Amino acid sequence: MTSALGSAPAGSGTASRPGRGDTRSPARPHRKRWGRTVRWSGWLWVLPALIMYGVFVLRPLVLTMQYSLYHWNGIGAARWAGLDNYLTVFTDRDLLKIISNAFILIIFFSFIPVLLGLLVASLVRRITTGPAGTMVRTVLFLPQVIPLVAAGIAWSWVLSTNGLVNQALRAVGLGGVTRAWLGEFDTALPAVGVIGTWVMLGLCTILLITGMSKIDPSLYEAARIDGAGPVREFFAVTLPSLRQEIGICLTVTIIAALASFDIVYISTSGGPGIQTTVPGLEIYRLAFSQRQVGLASALAVVLMALVLVCVLPIQRLTRGEK
Amino acid sequence: MNLTTRSERLTGRIFLIALVVVTLLPFLSMLSAALQPRGTVPTGLAWPTDPQWGNFVDAFNAANMGALLKSSALIVAGVVPVGVLIATMAGFGLGHLRVPGGHLAFGLLLLGLTLPFEAVVTPLYYQMRDLGLLNTRWAIVLPLIGLYMPFAVFWMRAHFINVPRELSEAARVDGSNTWQLFWRVHVPLARPAIASLTILLFLWTWNQFLLAIVLVDDATKRTMAGALGAFQGQWGTDLVLLCAGSLLILTPTLIVFLIFQRQFIKALLQGSVKG
Repeated sequence: MTSALGSAPAGSGTASRPGRGDTRSPARPHRKRWGRTVRWSGWLWVLPALIMYGVFVLRPLVLTMQYSLYHWNGIGAARWAGLDNYLTVFTDRDLLKIISNAFILIIFFSFIPVLLGLLVASLVRRITTGPAGTMVRTVLFLPQVIPLVAAGIAWSWVLSTNGLVNQALRAVGLGGVTRAWLGEFDTALPAVGVIGTWVMLGLCTILLITGMSKIDPSLYEAARIDGAGPVREFFAVTLPSLRQEIGICLTVTIIAALASFDIVYISTSGGPGIQTTVPGLEIYRLAFSQRQVGLASALAVVLMALVLVCVLPIQRLTRGEK
Repeated sequence: MNLTTRSERLTGRIFLIALVVVTLLPFLSMLSAALQPRGTVPTGLAWPTDPQWGNFVDAFNAANMGALLKSSALIVAGVVPVGVLIATMAGFGLGHLRVPGGHLAFGLLLLGLTLPFEAVVTPLYYQMRDLGLLNTRWAIVLPLIGLYMPFAVFWMRAHFINVPRELSEAARVDGSNTWQLFWRVHVPLARPAIASLTILLFLWTWNQFLLAIVLVDDATKRTMAGALGAFQGQWGTDLVLLCAGSLLILTPTLIVFLIFQRQFIKALLQGSVKG
């Protein structure tokens, strides 16, 4: 697990981001000595950022890995645990359910927004630069600008017993299916997912439409002349051309789903039961309420690895060539 | 353009309008609830016969908005200028000066690009406790600067790597040192990249929730998002006040967003493309 952490991201940086690789121009011979001192002193420019990163990210990261190998209640002496905590993460039924909850959220945070976004983008092709277009863009970006906490509060209200969703259902004669969507066992997780869909949909749609407007229209003309219908056109032209944009949408939204915390904390606090608990929330709870710092840290390491395992292949697939 | 395209576009437009409506509905529903008389049970979306705008005044006082704004502003003032400055310097060093071994430092930073904050928040808590900074704004400011570095340096390096090296050599001939070169030539050229980064860091700081609730107990020393969490905890049962307060807490972000809307959207789009 740790080896994947150590080597993979560096690989993604050099291999899968073409155009940003180092094309170091060799220093000219007569300037070599001068150039070298300047280049070494260049580290002074990088140092402040590295120090902040080292002290407040790398150090805690190493500590998380260290904690994960101990039983520790945060106060007393720590007891060596070896891989016990990891064993618990991968065998405890509740913890496995919590991890699978995060993966179910990916459907709502990632797949639905990307599919809907693709549908809208392939139909609209481009948004005008006029006032109407600006208005659409502004509104669709609102969920990205407000804190997720606010989205959680707004949707808790919309999905509550007296909320907008139930009101609408009653209005169309579906009063029978109304319920407290976030409170019931079967609907709570999808209801949380819907909040994520709402947050991500606008960003994905705009990103995909922006990508769409860069596609050469002659590709579509060629496809039509070849007798392609809208469906074949979509698979032959739209989808391949938008590969990079789809990759971006998936990366951003999958990270948001797996590492979700704010929305769940506000809208359900993980309930009912552990029906909507996600790893982020469980780490918080284990570390600060149940004082199981070791287990919380092991879950944190697993979460970190899961994010990488999900995101790196996407990066490779969508940015590798081109 | 033939007929099929036109009907497709119409469908697309209908979808887009539906999307806009769905995006706005939760806000409208909150507004309609916020305007109901205190103590009543509001329903989804119903314009009140007698809108109680006074609820916003009550919420302003209940949420202690003045103190919250000040706290968030202080945190942003602590994070954003320093974060942008040291990231720009590092981006300059890695992207333009090409320091020897720089790719190692860059690889190390890339490690943090997908890091969920939950993965480091526990040790950060103990680290802040040992530094005696728990329950102060420093406990939010310092880690955030560090946590933003992977993205921020990545972002600035991407800019500097495309700046032609001849530019610096010309300036060197004029006899200016690297420091002058940085401020007089490179910072002005990097303004668009710096502006986008500033907007993103502002937004992420303002909306930061996890660090705020873990590291600071006092809501008046938190970020806006953290304060909103506390507000919900305190007034969760008073739906009218909760909605009024939430809308109120949202207002500053919305105002800033609407003013700099073009730059925001550009920054968010580029930010997700490069992140």
